[in-house]
Order: sequence, then structure tokens, then C-alpha cells
Amino acid sequence: MSQRITIDPITRLEGHGKIEIFLDDRGEVTRAYLQVPELRGFERFCVGRAAEEMPRITQRICGVCPTAHHMASTRALDDLYHVDPPPAAHRIRDLFYSLFMFEDHTLHFYFLGGPDFIVGPTAPAAERNVLGVIAKVGLEIGGKVIATRKEARGIMTEMAGKAIHPVFGIAGGVSKPMTKDLAARLQESAPGFVDFAAFSLQAFADIVLKNQAYVDTILADHYLHQTHYMGLVDEKRKVTFYRGRVRVVDPFGDEVAIFEPRDYLKYIAEHVEPWSYIKFPFLKAKGWKGFVDGPDSGLYRVAPLARLNVADGMATPRAQEHYEQMYATLGGKPAHNTLAFHWARLIEALQAAEVVEAISRDPELLDPNVRRLPTQAPDEGVGIVEAPRGTLIHHYKTDPNGILTGVNLMVATLHNSAPIQMSIERAAKGVIHGGKVDDGLLNMVEMAFRAYDPCFGCATHSLPGEMPLVARIHDNDGSVVRTITRGGEVPELGTGS
Amino acid sequence: MPEKPKVAFYWCASCGGCEEAVVDLAEDILKVVEAVDIVLWPVALDFKKKDVEAMPDNSIAVAFINGAVRMSEQEEWVHMLRRKSQLVVAFGSCAHLGGIPGLANFTNKAEIFANSYFDVPSVDNPGRVVPLEKSGGNGETLTLPEFFDTVRALDQVIPVDYYLPGCAPPKDLIMNAVTAILTGQLPPKGTVLSPSKAACDVCPRKDSKPDKIEIAEIKRITTSIPDPEKCFLAQGYVCMGPATRSGCGERCIHGNMPCRGCFGPPDGVYDQGAKFLSAFASLLTAKTDEEIDALIDQIPDPAGTFYRFSLPTSIMQRKRTRVES
Amino acid sequence: MSTAVIALEDVTKTKGPGVGAAWEPRIVAFFCNWCTYTASDLAGTARLTYDPNAPVIRVMCSGRVDPQFVLRALGEGADGVLIGGCHPGDCHYQEGNYKTLRRFKLLKKVLGQLGVEDERVRLEWISASEGDRVQHAINDMTNQLRRLGPFAQRGASHA
Repeated sequence: MSQRITIDPITRLEGHGKIEIFLDDRGEVTRAYLQVPELRGFERFCVGRAAEEMPRITQRICGVCPTAHHMASTRALDDLYHVDPPPAAHRIRDLFYSLFMFEDHTLHFYFLGGPDFIVGPTAPAAERNVLGVIAKVGLEIGGKVIATRKEARGIMTEMAGKAIHPVFGIAGGVSKPMTKDLAARLQESAPGFVDFAAFSLQAFADIVLKNQAYVDTILADHYLHQTHYMGLVDEKRKVTFYRGRVRVVDPFGDEVAIFEPRDYLKYIAEHVEPWSYIKFPFLKAKGWKGFVDGPDSGLYRVAPLARLNVADGMATPRAQEHYEQMYATLGGKPAHNTLAFHWARLIEALQAAEVVEAISRDPELLDPNVRRLPTQAPDEGVGIVEAPRGTLIHHYKTDPNGILTGVNLMVATLHNSAPIQMSIERAAKGVIHGGKVDDGLLNMVEMAFRAYDPCFGCATHSLPGEMPLVARIHDNDGSVVRTITRGGEVPELGTGS
Repeated sequence: MPEKPKVAFYWCASCGGCEEAVVDLAEDILKVVEAVDIVLWPVALDFKKKDVEAMPDNSIAVAFINGAVRMSEQEEWVHMLRRKSQLVVAFGSCAHLGGIPGLANFTNKAEIFANSYFDVPSVDNPGRVVPLEKSGGNGETLTLPEFFDTVRALDQVIPVDYYLPGCAPPKDLIMNAVTAILTGQLPPKGTVLSPSKAACDVCPRKDSKPDKIEIAEIKRITTSIPDPEKCFLAQGYVCMGPATRSGCGERCIHGNMPCRGCFGPPDGVYDQGAKFLSAFASLLTAKTDEEIDALIDQIPDPAGTFYRFSLPTSIMQRKRTRVES
Repeated sequence: MSTAVIALEDVTKTKGPGVGAAWEPRIVAFFCNWCTYTASDLAGTARLTYDPNAPVIRVMCSGRVDPQFVLRALGEGADGVLIGGCHPGDCHYQEGNYKTLRRFKLLKKVLGQLGVEDERVRLEWISASEGDRVQHAINDMTNQLRRLGPFAQRGASHA
């Protein structure tokens, strides 16, 4: 009898999602689907709005990474209004953006995706949360995570009005200059951010890399995909987050494209399926070949590991050391191991902190000239930044009065939607056999998803205690035949789902 | 030992910023966690719908619900949480007023689907595939929730006891609300948990406001540089302060950008956009038809600005588009 | 609660003309006491007939008409709203009708963005002696709304 396993909801990420797994008569996985049951329609309802309001509207796509949208939108406005901000404005934006990357990445590591990894994939469910992490890294460090995040977000609030939904992005500049006091505060706090990022990498090395079982998990076949990769690079082809050109490499690491933001439509397109509200981007040069990997597939990945794969190195020295060490451990570049996203994420956090420190000492930061007014009418613009979770594209068309006539948004995790779908299916096929479903399975399928820190990844405190998860197995009539829980009570079985 | 009150967090059409706002309580969240038993928080815990369904009615002390209601799944969840909870708090602008997702009430499902799946320049969909509420075949049935034409705020779907305004609510308001609930010192039901004064009354720039504001020219933020100390309205910028409830700490003003009204209107105002329209029009210095027309033309997207956060709960609630029956 | 708001609620609950008649538009009319309202009285005594589709709410100045009144009228059953005020320069309170004009024009722009047809909200300057202008405005607007059909905006439907 064929069976279906429903995992609903997906946990420890932001947004709503469910996974459906179908088994054949032998209990082997035939298909698995990640369904995103949500759509809000920003691209449509922003038509008719003033483009200059978009940094403050589109950031409400995601309250965890509002800065990413705010910045992509602001860059799109620079392009739309044909105006290049003065150097101080670029410094302020780059600084703010690096602060954001630092705090978002480190929070994800300690509270969201990290617990699985730091505590271990088969550790008891009760330990796979932030308290388990704190037990591993120490109470003092736990307090330090909260305090570090608080300081970073406090500075962001001073710079841009709010940390959740900042307001300072304007075409051709930012809304206010840096003050001496705030720069002093930054100079004082920045070394602590660098140390914290470096510490996190050390913790990763001590806890994960020195544990052969964990290393084996990272290198395991069911967490591996040979895909293309995409990310922004600077003029030296190093990892960058705020501005640059988009580069794509194939599974062997060879560059197959490098382009300015305005040209993105020549390279990527979106595929639609009837079973999910999310779309599935692919490389036009390869075409849509389905949910498969390999050099002939059009699928590509974004976000930390992808960015490191795409670039020729990190832009800062200490991060570069870790970059080299990572590839040495993983057996070369590019690395295809999905779980290595966690490692790459921390290396990026270190770069972000180093950038914060460098800019905090840059005298240009204090230049009060942070606005350049446009001299041309707006018409069309594209802005691309690297969100924590991947390449983020904002594309606006307006009338001469700056009122939007068309909007296209390709949002970070969107680029990973097909790879995530592939990863879930591959993990499910790798770990479910003979129809056997247990707690370890549930977590290992989730881990394939969680490594990507899907957009809306809500970096929040996990809480102590059980992390109950229920898998229901349905027969063909839809009746529940078995219920597996991990922790918590077994709920009363009703009829059907 | 007395049982700790049960608390639930749930999100509808939400961006997650309200979840972040709870995290930004930083060390204060530990005090909250100690005092309550969190029984639902999809972002962090694995409790699922069946677990909540199994709870007796009214067994949850308070449910904090953020996000607007725009899909059938969200509608089911909030009805269930209402049954299971003694108190329901609409948390954040989306649950309170409709929020940014409420701007979708300028359009409808058909337009959004056509745009997303056929019209945007990046989509490659020659087969005109759209997401379906039921799909699949060969024994694989896949379901998606229904996408409604109209976005609704929380109290347009279920009775709501209190409102915590803001996008996102600031830390002090959240802590005050949680403390009030835990100590049983709550104001009358239906209260918005923030002072009722208009933002102008507490704005850091209010001393710079002239007795009579006269706007002869509308300024736009892209094409001008605002004075960082003067009242935005007095400078000619659209600023929603007069029609917006205070309590946010004027964070946007500190960011040197005008208010966009995320806290909703003060008490006694039905329609924030209409109220602001009235106030703003009174400030315009133009007398003849031609002068007034010319000045009003300088305001970009008045409906989308005046109703930025509050369209679903405005009197009109949505743009009139033909609804297929 | 102000007088105007109470009157609004009463008026919108008024049945349309004739039980079983074909649909007829319902217009809520806000008339300034000093001019338009007086003019409509004059129209009455002069036996100028006009369509009975516009129950009148008297306000002391057209500037008293808060945009929220207009929206509530439309949202609660009216098919159109007519505002009558003094000619520019003749306001009993000096400046009130200038405010009316500014508010009205901005409201029209917003209503346009909300899909409300131009004919449904109308402003007329009518002096105390111009009973015929009252007659014309009401008849003309009623005819336009007959062509447009009911407003029927209840919003809350999520279907």
C-alpha cells in the first residue's frame, strides 16, 4: 500500500511551509514536495505607489532581513533616478549593511539553524535548541550573543531610525550623516564584533570539525548537490554584499556569466508549478530541466556557500584564512555540500565584522555630504544586493513622475527554491527506506531544508524542552494509519488528516 | 505550584518583524519565558494544529496574533485560536489595521496571479500554469490554501480584545502589554495599548512648528534635502503625524524621514486616511481651482500614502474592482 | 456625537422611494445652512420639482463636511454624495468653503484611486437665491447615478 508522509509545519524558519513525501509499495520514496502556501502580491500592489517609498514598503516583505530589501530598493532607486550617491553615503550604507549581515548571520547560527549542527543531528530533541547550544559553548557565550546582537542593533537604530524596518535609504544618498559620537561608539564596539565572529568560527571548529561523525554528515551524499552558483563579486571578484556584479559559476567552478544588475533578465527566468505559490528560477542558458542537479541543469544556488564558491576569495584578511581552510577541509572548490552553508555563513559574518571595523575608522565616514540630488527623470532601474539568504533583485519601472508602472522582485530564497525542493527529496530518499519513519528521519529531512536558512528565516530564540514534531502517515484513502511523534504527547487520532 | 499561564504566538500574512520585535526584548525575554508556558510559536516550536485543536476552549490565557488575514489557512487558524484563548491581542500593524499586505486591496486575486505567474518579465510560463488549491494525480494529491481577493485585519475575522500597534511594536509597549496581562491590570477591552495622543503632540520637532502651517509647495524626499530639525509638514513634506497615534518613540523622525502612520489613528478616528486628507488639505495655501489642482497634483499617490497601513480597516476597505462571483 | 453624524445615520436608513419600485439611487446631500439649504427651501416654495433621491443634512458650513462623512455615506448605502456650499468669497465664516474645495479635490483624487466614479461625489456652489441650481444639481446627479448603477461597496467580502 502506497503511503504519504506529511510534515506540517516546517519548523525553525520563517514563513509557512509543508513537506509531502510519497512512498511506493515497497516503502521507498518516489517523490517529495516542499509546498510554500503563501503569496502576498507585492509586485502587483506596488504598482501605483511612488518608487521613492519602496525602501519603506518592500522591506515589509521580510522583518528578519528588512535591511536587505531596503538596500536593494535603495540601489534600484539610484539606478532609476540615474544618480550615484556621494562617497560618504556609500560608506554609511556599506557599514550599515555589514552590521546587518553580521548580526543576522550570527543569530541564525546560534538560535535557528545552528542548534541542529552544533548539538548534532541525532542528539535528543530536547537538546536541539539554543539551550543545547549554550551547554556546548557556555553560559557566558550565550549572554554574549544576546549582548552583541543588542549592541549591533542599537547602532543600527541610531543610524537608520529603526533596526526592524530602517528608513534611511534615498535615491542618491541616505537620510542622515554619521555623527562623531556614533562613529566613536562604532570604533569601540567593532573589534568586539570581529572577535565574536572569530570566536563563533572557533566554536564551529571545536564542536563540529573535530567530530568525525559531524564531518561525515557534512560530506554525506544525501546532502550534496552539484549545481551552478550565483553571487555578487567586487571588482577583484571577491565576496561582497552591498554592490558589485553578479557572477555565475558552473559545478566545476568555471565562470559562465558575469553581469551588471541591469542585465539579469538575460540570464535567469522563473518556472511555475501548480503545487506551490513560490516560483522556481533557472539559468536561461541551460533551460528548465526539472528538479535535477548537474552541469546540464539550469538550477543554481545562492547564499553563503554559493557566494564563496563564486568568488575568488574573501575581501578581508581573517575571513580569507578561514575560506582557505574550509575548502581544504571540503576537498576543493567549489564545495557542493549543503551543510557547509553553515560554515560559509560564519566566514561571511567574520568578513562583515571586519568591514564594519575598517569603515568605522574611515575618515570619509564623517563627511556630512550624504545626498546627491537627481538631475534626470526616473524611468527604469535595477538594484541587486546579497541578502543573507541570497541574491536579491529589485527592478522598478516608473512614469516620469516616479510613480511605479511595473515591479519585479526576485527574492533571495526564491533562487534556492528548486535546490531546496531537490534537497528535501534527496534527503528523504536517502534516509527513508522500507516505509520506516522515525524521529531521526524527521530531523534529517528538516536539516536539508534548514541549512539554506530560507528567507524569512526567523532568527529567534528556540525554547527549552521538547520539540515535538508529528509525522502522520496516510493510506491512499487519506486515513491516518500511523502517527510518529518526536517528543511531546501523541495527539488523539481523528479520522483522516 | 500554580500552573503558568499558557501563551500562544501565531502569524498570518506576516513578515516576521513582529517575531523579531519579541526577540529584540533581548534579556527581558527571559523574564517573560520564565513566567509563562509557550504552547504555540511556529517559528520556534514544533507544536502543530492538532496540538492546539486538542486543547480545551479558553485554556490559552492569551494569544498574540500578528499578520493580516489573506489566505484560508490563516482564517482557520485565527478562528481556532479565538476559541482556545481567553484573550486575543492583535499584535502589530497588520493584525491591527491590515498593514502593508493590505495594500493588496488596491488590486485583487486575478490581477495578482496574472502579474506573478504570467506578466513579470522574468517568468517563463508558456503553459500558463498557476498554483491550484488542488493539484497532482496518480494518488498524489497536493493542496494549497485559498488566496482571497481581500485582505482583512484580525478584528474583521474574529473578536479582538486588545491591539498592540506598530510596525513593529516597540520594545517598551510590548513589555508593558505583557506585564499588564500577567498582572491582570488591563484597560477596558478594545483598547489600543498605546497613548491616544497624535504623534505631532510628542514629536521631537514640534517646537519648530509654526502656529499656522502653510504649504505652498509639496516637497518630495528624492528631490530635496529636508532640514533635520524642522517639522516635516511645515517644510512641505507629507508626514502622517497629525492622524497617527503616538507611542512609537518617533523612530522614523529620528531617522530624518517623515511619519507614514504605522501606529494607526488616535482614538475616535474611523478612517486614518480620510482624517489625514482633511488635515493636510487644510494646510495647503491655494484658493482657485487651478491653484488647488496644481498643488494637489504634486502629492504622489495620495491613497497609497494616506492608507499605507490602514486600507483594509478604512471605511472603503478596498478599491472597487469587479468581484467574480 | 455631533448633529451631522446622527442625521447621517437616520438618513441612510431611509427607504428608497416606493416599495417595489425599480432601483433608484440614494444621494446624501450636505447643504450649508446659509446658502444651499436656504436655496432648497426656496426651490420648495417656488414649486421647483426635483427628484426625491437626495435627503438633506444641514450643516452650518460646507467646511464642516469631514471626508469621513462622505466615505461613511458611501460605505453604508448611499450611491452618491452631494455637497452644497457658498460661492467662493461668500462664506459666512470667511474661509470655510476654501477648505471645502481643497478637501474635496484631494478626496476626489483619493476616491479615484479607490475606483469610485467621478460622478458619485459632487460639490456645488449655490447661493441662497439659486433654488434652480439646487433643482438642476439634484436632477442631473440622479440621472448620472441611474446610469452608473448602485455603489454597492461593502468591502468586507473576502470571496
